[in-house]
Amino acid sequence: MLTLSGILIVVAGFVAGLNPLLVVTVAAIVTGLAGGLDVITVISAFGKAFNDSRYVSIVWLVLPVIGLLERTGLKERAQQLIGRIHSATTGRVLLLYLILRQGTAALGLTSLGGHAQMVRPLIAPMAEAAAETRFGTLPDAVRFKIRAHAAAVDNIGVFFGEDIFIAIASVLLIRGFLHQNGIDVEPLQLSVWAIPTAIAALLIHGTRLMLLDRRLQRALGPGAAR
Amino acid sequence: MITLDAVYVLAGLLFLAIAGFSLVDRTNPKRLKNAAFWGLLAVSFLGGSALGDLGNGILVLALVVLAGFGGGLGRGAGDLPPAEVREASARRWGNRLFIPALAIPVVALLGTLVLKTVKFGDRPLVDPAQVTLISLALGVVVALVMAMAMLRPPMTAPVQQARRLLDTVGWAAVLPQMLAALGAVFALAGVGKVVGQLAGDAIPADSRFFVVMAYTVGMALFTMIMGNGFAAFPVMTAGIGLPLIVTRFGGDPAIMGSLGMLSGFCGTLMTPMAANFNIVPAALLELPDRNGVIKVQVPTGLLLLAVNTVLMYLLVFPR
Repeated sequence: MLTLSGILIVVAGFVAGLNPLLVVTVAAIVTGLAGGLDVITVISAFGKAFNDSRYVSIVWLVLPVIGLLERTGLKERAQQLIGRIHSATTGRVLLLYLILRQGTAALGLTSLGGHAQMVRPLIAPMAEAAAETRFGTLPDAVRFKIRAHAAAVDNIGVFFGEDIFIAIASVLLIRGFLHQNGIDVEPLQLSVWAIPTAIAALLIHGTRLMLLDRRLQRALGPGAAR
Repeated sequence: MITLDAVYVLAGLLFLAIAGFSLVDRTNPKRLKNAAFWGLLAVSFLGGSALGDLGNGILVLALVVLAGFGGGLGRGAGDLPPAEVREASARRWGNRLFIPALAIPVVALLGTLVLKTVKFGDRPLVDPAQVTLISLALGVVVALVMAMAMLRPPMTAPVQQARRLLDTVGWAAVLPQMLAALGAVFALAGVGKVVGQLAGDAIPADSRFFVVMAYTVGMALFTMIMGNGFAAFPVMTAGIGLPLIVTRFGGDPAIMGSLGMLSGFCGTLMTPMAANFNIVPAALLELPDRNGVIKVQVPTGLLLLAVNTVLMYLLVFPR
């Protein structure tokens, strides 16, 4: 039971709003100690795991390119482009990206997207611009809400699209685990059963995006109580 | 053979350059701290494998001390031209600005498809297991060359701009890596085993619906704790899925596995532990609320979890 103390520390630390790096490190050390390891072994294990996980941070390589393009007006261009399309609304822009992201992920093309590459420089500015064209300057709270929605669409699209592809890591993991337990399934059997949830994700989140449009209209459109 | 090590060197050099630019950034009140933080990360990427496990552990502790105490890292001025200049520049370049931006995913994608098959003699040109990440790095290099040739900015501009962006992300940039490391320590200490036993013991095993719900909700909850469904899946499936859904009630393992993993993804939408999906974008988009992205995702996550539970209950058992 003591081995679960790390989980408590993580939950309490995040709820209390402490610096997550600190919380995670304390949780790792406490968990290791509770699991019967000594301090040096725990720190070594944490260091080894950190080193083995460096691939997670590779995504920051895109920053020089994105920053350089931002300096030259990439965001502004994305906004100008959307400003010219009169039927564009925040919800429609995000729904279109949701469909593209989910569709390409279902074909295994998960690298066509991402928060640093697509959402910050292109999708979020487009979604904001669509609202600005209609309603003028946005209150900060609305602006942040739209940006959060832009990030969410990227996640939801890829999570509930990728499992339809037969060679994606999660499908291979399910298959590998079942195989270890003496059950053999074909990847196609797994990916077929990801389709109903994928459709549900598109319907549910698509509806929420349309409702977002309505909420924006009500809050900022003509006749809105300010 | 090109392996991930080449990509690590590239990233290490970037972090090193950012550390250098931070050091001389007089607009940043904490420039020394920032320089030390990104410098240490550069050391990790350039020479992490030579440091030894304890050396890496001490490096991580140093990163945490720099970011976690004394108000954390600082943030330099943007070094971004004013909005009017950027708007004029956007009009001047037009849609050509999208070309380098889209070159990253396009090259990454082509690389993933093509590089796998390229061989020198009987050895592959790139490590087949890492082809996606290596292709991403290749995409970045191609895009950077294109952007430099097209825009002709000062040579220091890419690094200066990368520093600007990394300053906005701050310590959150290493949080995903840190959480991955925490997951490894949890696994080492046997956290999964304990959770799996607890879950297996706690549920009433005679109701099909409750067994399914325990499995899907358990997947979501344990994913929220671990930060990813991949860590939760073996634990919950060994604890609940296989013994109860498959063995006891004769459920279909493919349907269970597929919908079980997707239930885990619902959890991923709702947890700060999935930092790369939820916390990093909040920082990248400069949201004042660290949990802003999670808050938007929670309704979709809960609704989809309910959908997955009902789908599994209806589909998994033999008729």
